[in-house]
Amino acid sequence: MSHEIVEQNGGVQSLVLVGLCTRGVPLAQRIQRAITTFEPAGVPCGQLDITLYRDDLFDGRVLELHETELPTDISGASVVLVDDVLFTGRTIRAALDAVMDYGRPKSIELAVLVDRGHRELPIRANFVGKNVPTARDENVEVRVSEIDGCDEVVITRRSEES
Amino acid sequence: MIEAVERPNGKLAEIETGLTAPWVGRKHVLDLDDFSQEEIHAVLETADRMKEVLARPIRRVPALRGRSIVNLFYEASTRTRVSFEVAAKNLGADVVNVSASGSSVEKGETLLDTVRTLRALGADLLVMRHNHSGAPYTVASHADIPVVNAGDGTHAHPTQALLDAYTIRERFGKIEGLRVLIIGDIAHSRVARSNAWGLRALGAEVTFCGPPTLLPPTTLSSEGDSPWDVGVDMDLDHAIEGVDVVMPLRVQLERQEGSRLASLRGYARDYAITRARLARAAPHAIVMHPGPMNEGVEIDADVAHGLQSVVQDQVSNGVAIRMAVLYLLMAATHGGARGRASGPSVAPLANGIEHVSAAQRRS
Amino acid sequence: MTRLRIHGGRVVDPSQARDEVVDIVVVDGRIDAYVGADFGGEYDRVVDATGLVVSPGFIDLHCHLREPGFEDKETISTGALAAAAGGFTTICCMPNTNPTLDTANDVAYVFAKAREARGARVLPLGTITKGQRGTELSDASELSQAGVVGFSDDGRPVWDGRLMRYALMESLRHKKPVVNHCEEPEVADGGVMNQGRVSDLLGLKGQPAAAEDVMVARDIELARETGGRLHLAHISTEGSVRLLRMAKQEGLAVSAEVTPHHLIMTEDWVLGGNGRNGRPYDTRTKVNPPLRREQDRQALIAALAEGLIDVIATDHAPHRSIDKDCTYDEAAFGISGFETALGGLMQLVESAQLTMTDVIRRLTIEPSRTFDIAGGSLAVGSTADLVIFDPTASWTVDVAQFNSRGKNTPLDGHTLQGRVVTTIVGGDVVYEWRNVP
Repeated sequence: MSHEIVEQNGGVQSLVLVGLCTRGVPLAQRIQRAITTFEPAGVPCGQLDITLYRDDLFDGRVLELHETELPTDISGASVVLVDDVLFTGRTIRAALDAVMDYGRPKSIELAVLVDRGHRELPIRANFVGKNVPTARDENVEVRVSEIDGCDEVVITRRSEES
Repeated sequence: MIEAVERPNGKLAEIETGLTAPWVGRKHVLDLDDFSQEEIHAVLETADRMKEVLARPIRRVPALRGRSIVNLFYEASTRTRVSFEVAAKNLGADVVNVSASGSSVEKGETLLDTVRTLRALGADLLVMRHNHSGAPYTVASHADIPVVNAGDGTHAHPTQALLDAYTIRERFGKIEGLRVLIIGDIAHSRVARSNAWGLRALGAEVTFCGPPTLLPPTTLSSEGDSPWDVGVDMDLDHAIEGVDVVMPLRVQLERQEGSRLASLRGYARDYAITRARLARAAPHAIVMHPGPMNEGVEIDADVAHGLQSVVQDQVSNGVAIRMAVLYLLMAATHGGARGRASGPSVAPLANGIEHVSAAQRRS
Repeated sequence: MTRLRIHGGRVVDPSQARDEVVDIVVVDGRIDAYVGADFGGEYDRVVDATGLVVSPGFIDLHCHLREPGFEDKETISTGALAAAAGGFTTICCMPNTNPTLDTANDVAYVFAKAREARGARVLPLGTITKGQRGTELSDASELSQAGVVGFSDDGRPVWDGRLMRYALMESLRHKKPVVNHCEEPEVADGGVMNQGRVSDLLGLKGQPAAAEDVMVARDIELARETGGRLHLAHISTEGSVRLLRMAKQEGLAVSAEVTPHHLIMTEDWVLGGNGRNGRPYDTRTKVNPPLRREQDRQALIAALAEGLIDVIATDHAPHRSIDKDCTYDEAAFGISGFETALGGLMQLVESAQLTMTDVIRRLTIEPSRTFDIAGGSLAVGSTADLVIFDPTASWTVDVAQFNSRGKNTPLDGHTLQGRVVTTIVGGDVVYEWRNVP
């Protein structure tokens, strides 16, 4: 995927990776490391917490806020958002609003590890690790060794509530 | 490297971006006496995130978009009201300012009538300041709307204490183990009371200092039935030795009701924070003040504006803290008055007589 | 001739040292005879008191009926009925009405209204100073001749020591008690509850116990100096008990009363930690004198048990909801007490701090003796003012069911034991409890 990203953007010139909290962040960092192996100049990598932009904030959980840290001014940059799972598209919609509040990028692209379908908004990923068709009531969880101790994608079916 | 694994009949896993915070179950922010350490830390950490928002070119997020927050101020205050207004607007909420002066009864509409009217007009959350202690409790127990206490009489000012704790943590990296000295008209100070609860919950050591007529009577008696776990010292020169935080409070003659104090000059002579007195505190000590300051009375001008003063930080931290409190309470109450939160309920005050457990509160 | 028979009740009458299951025959409104269960005869009405206690009707030396002037809160008529619902057959009402009861005309008004009312008998007190303003004495002689049973400026203290002294001197002539609400205004300093741990915690202005003690001490010394007849209204502190003991030991003409709420509640109720319905800053707990500490409460109970405090008086103080649905500072002082008095007091009997006979004594023969008014006894020949109550009946206080217009009590929602079943005044049944489903 890292090669694809650099190729599509014609080099690392104005590229900025932004990992979406939480698991998009280590994935973005891995992509950054991977890019550095063939483009020594490297690309800046930051992280974005979109909690305050969610459209489902008050349905009962008090959501913890995570750090947002963007390494450079993103105005004029080619931003690549990095997330673990693309599902309804609402998270990405929130991320777009958040990024726009930080500046005016030249373009925003999306790289995801897993696209599981069932979009509710007209959002598409530019770079996809793997397409995994799922049923709506299934759950897809990506685990990364930086946070969960292992690398795996787990699909579970919601168990019958008693 | 990464494989799709199917596990039939597994339990639904949490994949959201945040963990359930200790604020679940909270219905109001009335005072810090019913806040656990975890709840206070949740505010401080959330305020860190809010500070990031305040550092951006566009200092606004849509989190509270569509929600209506009413500032119901029965006591004049530009500073606090503006701070709450900016905080609410930064979160995208609609803000309505209602100022009422004097006794609600005089105006012909009772406090509860006013609140019910505001509810009917769509207010989702109330920020309230009143000159009578307990007014927000009366509102919270009669009206189905979350209340943030912006100061009630001489009783409590929780957001002030939270921003004070935040400022201390910003400077020292921690609060536990620090020695804090609060000086002034403690008997009439809601800032002193809320700070006593908040700082003690976070593990600081707190001492009240002032002349006997300005100290809460139970702290003077030998019966030891003072409700706070604080030290008391009437001698400032003794009490200030080696403290980390010096917090003088505003002292004014019109609050003294007749003759608690012979004169402000006499008070300043014995209790003003002067450069000389500050030198007796720890070398890294900071000077705080809830404002507005009476320079020359409780604090000398050069101390108020000196290197050790963090008063400006307190003011700017106030917005971040209030953004954090509004966000957390809105979330905990499922979006305020229109949310799923069931019925009004106010727990008895936690003070050693009856301590409400977190589980009880969540039921 | 009207003949009434009260059958099968346990008659407890401390004035006769009587405590036995026996029937009472009432003829034309007077106690005619005590008879056995199988005694015959024809009666216009038989009241079955099996399993219940029959005692002289309670006498309340201190209540507020709000009429004339504050009829929204209560009238003499609603108050008399509420009192009967509480087992009271005679009540003495305070003159802090509008206008205050300064003259014979004012007093006549109250007597006239009382005659129209159905329920307890109503006897007014007159003011000590005109308008209760504390500057000029009322005409005590005129008021006495008009029929007042005592004098008081209650809800306010008589702050001017000179006027209090003169009022006590006047009592040598009319022989009626001068009743003071002891509260030194400067020391009290506008406090809305007891000064102590709770007031410091809640940031409410507290009234130190010393404000009461200081004036109790003053009044006792003035009573000593003048030889006048002093009655201390609603004492609430350990200090007042101590001073009262000293006064009685010296044989001074001093008597004192205590309210049921001071016997069962403390300042902790303002925190809301009283179990049912409690919430902090509950304005239903706002009363003057304020609810005090637990050790004050225990001192009052012990003093009552030992007979140092003469009577229990309700200080029934009804208010409208608008007077209480506000901040603690703004709320009116007062608890609506008639209808929960017995139930509240029975808690102390249940916990064996008082005997039921004690409670009855302090509500019947002692009030009669203290104010020298009729009633408090069921001796043959006395007027048939009686109360029949169930000492063990459990009931939940529901202010919506109160006969009083005043619904202001923190006991709302509490379960009490001890319920008035029937109240009889002059041989007429004026109140009967119907179990409302």
